[in-house]
Amino acid sequence: MKICVTSQGDTLDAMVDPRFGRAPYFLLVDTDTMAFEAMVNTAVQAPGGVGIAAAKQVMDAGVGAVLTGNCGPNAFRTLAAGGARVYTGVSGSVRQAVEAFRSGGMTPDSQASADSHSGMDQQA
Amino acid sequence: MKTHPVIAVASGKGGTGKTTIAVNLALALSVNGRAVQYLDCDVEEPNGAIFLKPDFDSRMPVYAGVPQVDPQACTGCGKCGALCQYGAIVSVGGNVLTFEQLCHSCGGCMRICPAGAITEKQLEIGLIEQGRAGEIACVQGLLKIGSVRTPTVIEQTRAKMNPEAIKILDAPPGTSCPVIAAVRDTDFVLLVTEPTPFGLHDLKLAVGMVRQLGLPFGVVVNRADSGDDRVEVYCGREGIDILLRLPDDRRIARAYSDGRMILNVLPEYQSRFDQLAEGIGL
Repeated sequence: MKICVTSQGDTLDAMVDPRFGRAPYFLLVDTDTMAFEAMVNTAVQAPGGVGIAAAKQVMDAGVGAVLTGNCGPNAFRTLAAGGARVYTGVSGSVRQAVEAFRSGGMTPDSQASADSHSGMDQQA
Repeated sequence: MKTHPVIAVASGKGGTGKTTIAVNLALALSVNGRAVQYLDCDVEEPNGAIFLKPDFDSRMPVYAGVPQVDPQACTGCGKCGALCQYGAIVSVGGNVLTFEQLCHSCGGCMRICPAGAITEKQLEIGLIEQGRAGEIACVQGLLKIGSVRTPTVIEQTRAKMNPEAIKILDAPPGTSCPVIAAVRDTDFVLLVTEPTPFGLHDLKLAVGMVRQLGLPFGVVVNRADSGDDRVEVYCGREGIDILLRLPDDRRIARAYSDGRMILNVLPEYQSRFDQLAEGIGL
């Protein structure tokens, strides 16, 4: 399955970014082969509606799951409408996160984990 | 000056005394027998009513058009979401989602939809209340919590202006879209400031705004005998008229804290507000 991990950098050894909409990179990882592609979050500089735009970008890349620290309500609703499962509370490196996902030990969220705009004044 | 002009009371910095000046100017004019209408356009937190204490006898909701998508007719082409600058509509995985609170009612999604699947529905974004405080007609706009459509509620509040009265329009602080919506097309703008570095900094921004809008304006310095003289120096250098210097009078602060108007507690200030009205050209 192709999944998305929010990331502070463009490699598998970069740290997971705790914010969904304001993460600088989305690492798109094939969980079967560990092949990956780093996609720049083009929504990150927008003043508002970032979670929605970021979720749209991720869904258009065709992922089935999103691993991140926190996800706000607008992004969550958009990801859920696109059919992706959202896993929050994820930390460590992207590689560790994908391995934890592959081991089957994660539970998807049923609702947003953070309020709107929570990522705006947090630095990764 | 027209017989019944629109006077906006604005400021760059918040908390300089816009509402204090606006309600007391309205009262001073009313005491002199002029027909006055006070419009509270600080719709995110209107507070003129705390001092004027009007009896509001009319309440009218403010609506804005937002998209409603027919999922049967939608083909999921995504043109609506690609057009929207606010993320208020998005097509994802064949589903179209709307985020009504982010919509600015441009209508673009409805026009671009090739399937005709998007129609307009009305979303309540605020409330306009009208009534009287003695001889002063009062209009108050109130933005609904969670809505970002401040300028729309201000425009609807302004639509209640009475052509047969002097309009005193209490604007929001700052220099962004809501302030522009409040001060545009007025006949005079009073910029209320205070003699502090912050007051001066934001006064300069506000002066830049009214100059760009091409509006006549003057300055009121509140708590004028506190702080420093840099506002005075700046206004002198720029050739800006200071129409009123309100002293840092503890009795004014006490009246304010009690929700009372200066002129009701300290009638000796009437002449100062008369001079302010004269300086504006009323």
